Amino acid sequence: MATIAPISTAPIERLHETWESRPGLYGVLATVDHKTIGKRYLVTAVIFLIIGGIEALIMRVQLAHADTHLLSPEAYNQLFSMHGITMMFWYASPILSGFSNYIWPLMLGSRDMAYPRVNALSYWTFLASGIFIYTALCIGQAPNDGWFGYAPVSLQPYNPGLNMDFYALGLIFLTASTTVRAINFIGTVMKMRAPGLSLNRLPIFVYGTMTASFAAIFALPALTAGCVFLYLERQFHMHFFDAAQGGSPLLWQHLFWILGHPWVYIIVLPAMGMVSEMIPTFCRRPLVGYPYVALSTIATGLIGFGVWVHHMFATGLPAVSMSFFSGASFLITIPSAIAVFAWIATMWLGKPVWKTPLLFAAGFVVLFVIGGVSGVVTAAVPFDWQVTDTYFVVAHIHYVLIGINVFPVIGAFYYWIPKMTGRMMNETLGKWNFWTMFIGFNLGFFPMHIAGLLGMPRRVYTYPASSGWGTVNLITTIGAFLFAIGVLLFVINFFVSRRKGAFAGSNPWDAGTLEWAMESPPPPYNFAVIPIVRSRLPLWEDQLGDETPGIIPAEGRSHITEGAALAEGRETFGTSPLEAEPLHVLHMPEDSLFPFLLAIAMLATAYGLVFSQWWLAILGGVGMLACLVGWLWPRHLATGERA
Amino acid sequence: MTRMSRRRAPLVFALGAWGMAGCGPLNTLARDGTTGSSETSLGWFLVIVSCVVVLIVTILVLAAWARSRGRQTRDDAVFSGSSGLPWIAWGGVVIPSVVLVAAFLFTIGTLDAVAAPERAPAATIQVIGHQWWWEVRYEGAGEAQGVVTANEIHVPVGEPVRLELSTSDVIHSFWVPELAGKTDLIPGQTNTTWIEARHAGVFGGTCGEYCGAQHAHMQIRVIADPPARFRQWLVDQGAPAGPASDPNTADGLRVFMTSGCANCHSIRGTRAGGAVGPDLTHIASRTTIAAGALPNTQGNLMGWIVAAQAIKPGSDMPTIAVPARDLQSLAAYLETLK
Repeated sequence: MATIAPISTAPIERLHETWESRPGLYGVLATVDHKTIGKRYLVTAVIFLIIGGIEALIMRVQLAHADTHLLSPEAYNQLFSMHGITMMFWYASPILSGFSNYIWPLMLGSRDMAYPRVNALSYWTFLASGIFIYTALCIGQAPNDGWFGYAPVSLQPYNPGLNMDFYALGLIFLTASTTVRAINFIGTVMKMRAPGLSLNRLPIFVYGTMTASFAAIFALPALTAGCVFLYLERQFHMHFFDAAQGGSPLLWQHLFWILGHPWVYIIVLPAMGMVSEMIPTFCRRPLVGYPYVALSTIATGLIGFGVWVHHMFATGLPAVSMSFFSGASFLITIPSAIAVFAWIATMWLGKPVWKTPLLFAAGFVVLFVIGGVSGVVTAAVPFDWQVTDTYFVVAHIHYVLIGINVFPVIGAFYYWIPKMTGRMMNETLGKWNFWTMFIGFNLGFFPMHIAGLLGMPRRVYTYPASSGWGTVNLITTIGAFLFAIGVLLFVINFFVSRRKGAFAGSNPWDAGTLEWAMESPPPPYNFAVIPIVRSRLPLWEDQLGDETPGIIPAEGRSHITEGAALAEGRETFGTSPLEAEPLHVLHMPEDSLFPFLLAIAMLATAYGLVFSQWWLAILGGVGMLACLVGWLWPRHLATGERA
Repeated sequence: MTRMSRRRAPLVFALGAWGMAGCGPLNTLARDGTTGSSETSLGWFLVIVSCVVVLIVTILVLAAWARSRGRQTRDDAVFSGSSGLPWIAWGGVVIPSVVLVAAFLFTIGTLDAVAAPERAPAATIQVIGHQWWWEVRYEGAGEAQGVVTANEIHVPVGEPVRLELSTSDVIHSFWVPELAGKTDLIPGQTNTTWIEARHAGVFGGTCGEYCGAQHAHMQIRVIADPPARFRQWLVDQGAPAGPASDPNTADGLRVFMTSGCANCHSIRGTRAGGAVGPDLTHIASRTTIAAGALPNTQGNLMGWIVAAQAIKPGSDMPTIAVPARDLQSLAAYLETLK
C-alpha cells in the first residue's frame, strides 16, 4: 500500500505539462484525455440524434395523412430502419457513455479511465462504424428490415441488395466499440477510484453505467453471433436461418432479443442514474433509499436477461414458456418502482429548487411511469397478442426511450455543461426548452397508443383513409414537430451559453459529489491532488454535519485539497475493488495514434467485406494487426519511472 | 410447435377510449361478441391499474412541484431530512407486488381459459402467407374439398373454426383484432389458432409482422355467414368456373390465356393453372383485390392489371401492357367469375 503524504501545494505546472495533449493535428488524433473523448462522444451522439430525428420527421410527414405518396415504400422502409438503428445503437448508448466518459474520473477522484487508449479506440470505432452505416444511406442501400432485421425477410432471396450486409457488418463493427468501452468502464470502476471511495459510497450514476457495462458484455455476443450468421448466410449461402435448409428463423429472434431486451436497460440505467444525481442536488438533500436504488439498478440489469421472450409471444410458443417470461416481465417492475418512489420521496422530503435540470428529471419520472405501465401490460400475454407490432408498442418504446433516455440526457446537459464549458446554460430558455419538449412529446406520442388500439400496425408506409387513423396521425405529426423545436431550443441554448453564459465556477449548483470539486472546465489532470473520500457526498459533509446517519463515518471528513500529488508522469492510484484502498500508483499511457489508425484499418476491412473487395478486407486486416503490434510494442522506461 | 388461441373478447383500454368505439375497421376496442369473459376482465383490470398508477405518480410529482414552485433562490442549505423509507417500502415494494402478483395470476388463468375452444371446430382452414397476400384453403371432404380463395376467409357464425397458419416465404402474422390476437406465420412450422364469430358480418384484419416492401398492403377479411349460407358459399367456391357465355367474355378468356396471366394465376375449369398468385376461379365473389389495396370493382381491376406496380410497388404482379379493347373484355370476363 502506497503511503499518502499530504502536501499543501501541488506542482500544478508539472501536472499541466504532463497531462495536456500536444497541440495540433497529432494531439487531436492521438489524445487519450477522457474529457476530450467524452465531449466527442457527446457531440457525435447528438449529431446522430438529430439525423435520426430528421428521419423520423420525414416519416411523420408521410404518415400525417392517409394515402400519401411522398416516399416510396422502399424509401420509407430504409428510413424507419435507419431511424431505429441510429437511435438505438448510435445515439442512445453512446450519449450515456459520453457522460460517463467525461464525468466518471471526476466523480471517482481519478485522473483518467483505466484504459485510456482503449477509450480512444472505442470513440474512433464508434465514429467509423457510424460513417460506415451512413455510407449505406448515401448510396441508397441502407438497411431496410428494421432495427430488428428479422430473418428470413433479411436474407438474400428476399433482400438481394447490400442493405442488410451493411446492417450486419455495421453492427459487428459498432459492437467492437461498445464492448471495449464496457470493459473500460468495468476496469475503471473496479480499480480507479479515489482512496476511500468504497462501493457503498459510489454515486448511483456510476452504478447505472457499471450495470449497463456488465449487461453489455454478456448481451452483445448474442447480437454479434447473429450478425456474423446473417452475413455468412447472405454472402456465402450458409444456412442458419433458412428453414428450407434446416435453419431456424426463430434462432435469429432469440439471438436478437437476448441482446435486444437487455439493451433497453443498457440505454436507460445510466440515464436513471443521472436523474439520481440531479434530484438530490436540486432537492437539497441526499437521495432517499440510496442502497435500495443501487441494488435495484443491479437487479434490473440481472432480471433484464430473463424477459427477452416477451418480444416473441405471437410466435407459437408453449404456454409454460410464455408463463415464465410473462412472470419475469411482471417482476422486473419492482426495482423500477423502488427507484420511482425514491425519486418522489426525495422531492417530497427535500426542498426542491426548480432549475431546468430538475424539471427534466421530474418530467422524466412521469414519462417513465407511463412508459413503464404501457410496457408491463404487454407482459399479459393475451393483451400482448393484440397490441404487439402495433403503434401501441411504438408509443411504449418512445415513452421508454425518449422519456427515460432523452429527457434525462437533456437535463444532464443542463446540469453538467457548466462543468464541461465553464458556462451556465440560460435558465429562461431552458424552461421553454423543457415545456416545448414535454408538451410536444406527449402530444406526439400519446395518440400513438390510440392509433395502436385502433389497429394501426407498425412499419406501414401508408394507410387507407377508411382506416380511421388520420386524425391521431395528424396530431402525432404536429407533436413530433413541436418536440423537434424543443430539441432545437436546446441546441440554440448550448451555443448561446458558449458565448454569453454566466461563469459557472467550480460548483454552481452546490452539489455534493466529487466532480464539482475542481474548477470548470476541469484541468487536464482533473485533481491537483488525489482526494481521500470518507462519504458518498464529500462536498456536502460540512452542511450535513456529523450526525447524519449513513453519510459521515466515524473516521472523519474527506480530503479534497490535501492528498498525494502523484506528479511524476501520468500517475493515479490503483485501488482495491471493494474498499478502494490504494494498492498501486498506476502509470497511465501517453497519447497514441494507434487507436485512431486501428479504427481506420477496421473501417477499410468493413468496406472490403461489404463490397466484396477481398483485397481491401485483407489489407485492412493486415493494418489492424500492424496497429496492434505497434500499440503493444514494449517500451523501455526511463530510470526511476514507475510502471 | 403449435398454439391454440381463442377468439379474443374485448380488451378495452380506457386511456383515450373516449369517442373511439366504432371508429375504423380494425378497432381493437370494438369486439364482436360477448362481454364478461376472462379476457375482457383482464383487459379492464390492466387498464384501470395503469391509469391509477399514472394518475397517482403524476399527482405526486405535480404536488411536489406546486408546493415548492416559488423557491427559485438557492439559499437553502443542504439537510439530511427523514429517511423516507416508508415511501419505498409501500410505493416501491408492497403495493406493486400485490398488484403484479394479481395481474400475473390473472394472465395465467386467462391463458389457460383461451387455450382451446369449448367445442370441436366446425372447419379447418389453411391460411398461407405470401408476400403480400393470403392464400386460403379449406380442408376436408364434401363441399369444402378443393375450395381455394385469397384474402378472405368465410366462416360460419357461432361455430369455432380452426386455422392452420403457414408461410410460403417470410414471417407474417395473422391478426383480425375483433376475432383474434396475433399468431405468426413462420417458415418451417405450422402454428394454429382458432376463431369464432358470434355475429354475421365482415371483420377486418391485417398482417401483423413486418414482411417487406408492401407490408402495408396485406389485409385479410373474415366474413361470418349464417351456417346455411356458409355451406352454400362452400359449394359455389368448390365449383369450377363456367364457360365464357358471350363473345366478349370469350375474348376476355383468350386475353387472359395469351397475356401471361395464366402463368401465375389459376382459374379452375380452364387451362390456367399458375400457382404464383391468387386463385381467380371466383374472383368476382371477393370484396377486394390486391390483398385489400383496392375495392373489387371493374375499374379497379383494369387499373390493377395495367398499373399494379404504381398501386403496389414491389409486388409480384407485373404491369401488363394490354390494349384498351382487350383490357375491357378481360375485365368483363373476370367479372363473370362469381
